[in-house]
Amino acid sequence: MSAPAPAMRSSRIKRARAIEAIAKLLTGACLFLTIAATVAIIGVIVFRGAPSISWEFLTSMPKKQMTEGGIWPAIWGTLMLTLGTALFAGPIGIGAGIYLAEYAKSGPVTRMVRLSIANMAGVPSIVYGLFGLSLFVMVMKFGTSLLAGSLTLACLTLPVIIGSTEESFRQVPRDLRQASLALGATKLRTILKVVLPAAAPGIVTGSILGLSRAAGETAPIMLTAVAFFAPMPNSPFDQVMALPYHLYIMATQAVKPAPMIIWGTAFVLVGGVTVAGVLAAAWRSRQRSKLRW
Amino acid sequence: MTQPSERTASKGRLGLSRAADAVVRRAIAVCGLIAVVVLAAIFGFLLVNAIKAIREVGLWTMIAGTDWYPTTEPPVFGFLPSEVGSLWVTGVALLLAVPLGIAAAVYLSEFAKGRFKEIAKSIVEFMAAVPSVVLGLLGLAYVAPVISRTFNVDSGLTALTAGLVVGVMSLPTIISIAEDALYSVPKELRQGALALGNTDWQTTYKVVVPAASSGIFAASMLGLGRAIGETMVVLMLAGNSGLIPTSSLQAARTMTGTIAQEMGEVVRGGTHYSVLFAMGLVLFAITFAVNLAADVVLERQRKKWRR
Repeated sequence: MSAPAPAMRSSRIKRARAIEAIAKLLTGACLFLTIAATVAIIGVIVFRGAPSISWEFLTSMPKKQMTEGGIWPAIWGTLMLTLGTALFAGPIGIGAGIYLAEYAKSGPVTRMVRLSIANMAGVPSIVYGLFGLSLFVMVMKFGTSLLAGSLTLACLTLPVIIGSTEESFRQVPRDLRQASLALGATKLRTILKVVLPAAAPGIVTGSILGLSRAAGETAPIMLTAVAFFAPMPNSPFDQVMALPYHLYIMATQAVKPAPMIIWGTAFVLVGGVTVAGVLAAAWRSRQRSKLRW
Repeated sequence: MTQPSERTASKGRLGLSRAADAVVRRAIAVCGLIAVVVLAAIFGFLLVNAIKAIREVGLWTMIAGTDWYPTTEPPVFGFLPSEVGSLWVTGVALLLAVPLGIAAAVYLSEFAKGRFKEIAKSIVEFMAAVPSVVLGLLGLAYVAPVISRTFNVDSGLTALTAGLVVGVMSLPTIISIAEDALYSVPKELRQGALALGNTDWQTTYKVVVPAASSGIFAASMLGLGRAIGETMVVLMLAGNSGLIPTSSLQAARTMTGTIAQEMGEVVRGGTHYSVLFAMGLVLFAITFAVNLAADVVLERQRKKWRR
C-alpha cells in the first residue's frame, strides 16, 4: 500500500474535520433542544403560576366548585399521602437495599430479586392503581382512603428507595467495614453503626427524590385515595384531596376555574417537588464534604 | 486476667449480639424479597380480577375486538381502539424521543465537558421530576392549540399531541440511560481509536456508539415502556375517542387512559370492572416484556465490560 499523496490526505482530514463539526453541531442542537424544553416548562409554570401565590391561596378552602378560593386541603392531602408513602416504603426499601448491598450472594435468587426491582420500576403507574384498588381498597377493605393511597404509592416508590440505598451502601469504602469488624463488632453492628451513617445522606436524598415523584403521581391515587372534594381528613381511612388530582380535575372539567388558580396549583406542585429535591441534594453534598475517606 | 463472672457476662453479650444479628439478617432478607412479592402480587391480583371478564367475554374477543361500547346493552368490549391508540401515541413519542435523546446523550457523554456537562445533566434530571399532570396541562395550553392551527383540525386533542408530550416525558429516561451506556465504554477503546488518527466524531460513531449499542437499545426500550405506561398526559391530550384511529391527527384513546377514565364510573365487581382489569393485565404483560428485554440486554452489556 502506498501512502496517499499529501494533498489528498489533507483534503481527507479537512473533510473529516468538517463532518466532525457538523456532527457536534447536530448532537449539540439535540441536547440544547432538550434543555430549552425543560427551561421553557419551568419558565411557563413560574411565569403563569407565581403571581397567584398568596397566603390566602395556600391556606384557604376551595369555594364554588373550585372556581374560587384556595387549595389548602389539596396541599395537606398530598403532604399526608407522601408522609404515609415514606412510612411504608422507607423501612422496607432501606432493608431491601441493605440486603442487596451487604448480604445477597450472587446467584439465581439475587438475580431474580434484581430483575423484579428493575421490572417494578417499569410497571405503569395506572397498573399500580389497579393493584392498590383490588388489594388495599377492596380486599383489605380500607376503602378509597389516605391509607390505601399511601400503600399504593409506597409500592410504586420502593424500587427507587431500594436502588438508592444499595448504591449508597456500595459507595462506602470496604476499609471502614473491615476496621469495624476487626474491632470485634458483629456484621449487624458494623452495618448499623458504621456503614449506615456513612450511607445515610445518599439514602435520604434518593428517597426524597423518589417520594417527590410519588407526590406528583395522579393515576394511582385516582383509583385508591382521592375525591373531587373532600373535607380535611380525620383518620387514615378518610378520602383526601391531592394536588395532582385537583389540577387534573380543574384543567379538564367543563366549568373551568380562573387560569390563575390552575397555574397556581401547578406552580405549588412543581415548586414543592423541586424545593424538596434541591434541599435534599444540597444536604447530601454538605454531608458528603464532612465525611472524608 | 478476667474474672470468670465477667467472662460469662461478655459471652452472654456476644451471644445476644449474635442472636440479634441472625434475627435482623432474616428480617432484612425478607425485605430483600419484597420486590418479587409485590411483582407477583400485582400479576396475581390483576389476573384474579380479570377472570370474570375472561370467562364472560373471552380473552381473545377482548384483545382482538374492534368495538368498545362498554355501556350499551349488551356491552361490547373490544380492546383494539385502545391498543391502536396506544400504538399511535407511543410511535409518535418514540419517533421524537429516541433520535433526539440518543443524540443528546452522545453530545453529553462525548463532547460536553466540565461544569456545562454537570449543569446539563441536572437540568435533564429535573425534567424527569416534573409531574405528568403538569405536562398534560402545558400540552392543553400550548401544544394542542398549535397542532389544531398547524394541521387545520377542529380539535387539537389528537394522538399526535399526546405523543409529542409523552415523547418529551420519556426523554430524560432515554438520555440518562444512553449516557450511562456510552460513558461506561472503556477509555482504552477511545484512546486506541484516537491514536489511529480518528477524529473525536469518527471515534464516537465507529467505536463508542457500536460498543454501547446494547445499552442504547435498552435505553430506547425503557423509553418505550414509559411511553406505553403514561396515563395522565394521554388522558388529557389524546381526545379519548372510541374509534380505532387511522392517523395521528385523529382523537384516540389508549389502554392507560381507558382504565383511568372508566374505573371511576364502573360498578365494582361487575363485568366492565373486570374487563378493565383484563386490559391492565395486557398492559402489564407488554411493559413486563419490554422491561425484561431491556434488563437482559443491560445485564449482558454490564458483563461485557466487567473484565
